Amino acid sequence: MTSLRIFFVGGALSYKALFNWIRPDIYIPTMLGSPLFQILFFAHLGRYSGLRDDSFFVIGNAVQACSMSCIYAMTMTIANERYFGTLSALLATPANRAALFLGRALPPIANGLVVSVFGLGAGLVLLNFSLADAHLGALALTLVVTVLSCTGLGMLIGSIGLRARDVFFASNLVYFLMLLFCGVNIPIESLPAWMETVGRSVPLTHGIIAAREIAAGASLSQVGGLVGTEFAIGVTYAVIAFGLFRFFELESRRTASLEAI
Amino acid sequence: MAADRLTFRRAVRLVRVDWVFTMKELSHSSFFILVGALQPVIFASIAFFMFRAGQRPGTLLYAALGAGLMGIWSSTLFGSGGMIQWERFQGTLEPLLVAPRPYVLTVTGAGLGTSTVGLYSLSATLIWGWLFFDIPLEVESPLLFALSIPVTVLGLGLLGLVLASTFVLYRHANALSNLLEYPIWLITGLLVPVSLLPGWVEPLGWILAPTWGMRAIRGAALGGDDPVFAIAMSLVLSVVYLFIGAHFLRYFERLARERATLALA
Repeated sequence: MTSLRIFFVGGALSYKALFNWIRPDIYIPTMLGSPLFQILFFAHLGRYSGLRDDSFFVIGNAVQACSMSCIYAMTMTIANERYFGTLSALLATPANRAALFLGRALPPIANGLVVSVFGLGAGLVLLNFSLADAHLGALALTLVVTVLSCTGLGMLIGSIGLRARDVFFASNLVYFLMLLFCGVNIPIESLPAWMETVGRSVPLTHGIIAAREIAAGASLSQVGGLVGTEFAIGVTYAVIAFGLFRFFELESRRTASLEAI
Repeated sequence: MAADRLTFRRAVRLVRVDWVFTMKELSHSSFFILVGALQPVIFASIAFFMFRAGQRPGTLLYAALGAGLMGIWSSTLFGSGGMIQWERFQGTLEPLLVAPRPYVLTVTGAGLGTSTVGLYSLSATLIWGWLFFDIPLEVESPLLFALSIPVTVLGLGLLGLVLASTFVLYRHANALSNLLEYPIWLITGLLVPVSLLPGWVEPLGWILAPTWGMRAIRGAALGGDDPVFAIAMSLVLSVVYLFIGAHFLRYFERLARERATLALA
């Protein structure tokens, strides 16, 4: 029961505390405006390159835009505890670490979904994009799984933030590399073999492919393998992230370096 | 008193010192290394792969130049757009404003510094393209190409002065900077020809330095656009930006002093 309270209430409270600076005049330009123009930019670049139609770029970029929340917010959720000087107090509590760690992921997941859905909506209104053939339930499930999976990667980077000096450099870099490696704007099979291998081992890639197939009329059972793979990748990243979180916590206690890095 | 008089030589020296200082400062920032060198290379790679897969391989130098200028714009946008907020955050805004030298000279030097740091982008995308995508580094008119680069940097740097002076009215300049990165890339035709956009977009690009900088650099490198006209337009816009930026800064400074809000906005 206590762990459930830490998971839900603790997660919500930590979000309120660490993201108290988020107001509409920050949220709208950053979380909605920037992804909107990202979609427009790549859709027009796609038209010029003659690579694929608008639908390819709307889905790729709308799904990838969730990482703005899943990567950056998850990084901040963990790394900013140290920045605000509350990390020692937090880790001194006997709270269940899994509940503490995973509860913090809920708000970024919800935010990531909002950003992706907004991106798809913007594509419907502004570009030659349609979901007329799509099974919306299957698309929603795919989005949820992809956002969860991407949050696993965000957790991993956030955990490294317990030790690394400049973790925001890493989160920024990962965000942009996802545009290149995850089949967001380039068909994954068009990339060199090593890039395709990297792309297929990180979150987003399978979710984006599944979302594109669903938008083209595929059913959930037809993309079940892709969605399952996406979920498995996300769980793997989350487990590694939790392991790192515990390792860095114990190491920091042992070497008394929690706030010193 | 005569020793304190602001001569042209002293003004130029102040701009130069602040220019070099800003370049050194930003060159040590991991964020600007990301924005100025890594991000443009990533965007250039995306464009290279898209153009190759989309059967537009002849446009790879076009993409390298465009991605490089995208990086210059990002450096200017984030550097100049957040400049005054950053000074405020560090507590150095008041000393700079009460110093006897006009603050506009300090901001001008810093604006030029932010755009000059963006040259890392152009160098990075060209070298990246040459090394990994076999893009030949041959330009149609080397002299005009060499001239178009500093003129472009000047135009963007003075646009940075306008950004610095106007973004200060907005409480969260970084959020505005996040918003303006992609749309300016789009409407100034850095990677996508403006002819693909709705007709009303093109005139918006005419008042933005990246449009003319890109036309000058591409015209000199690839032919097509008249680089001399684009260079002239960049210079004209630079003068306009200097005038507007100086006017806005004076207005902001007076307003902040009157309302005692210098450290609060």
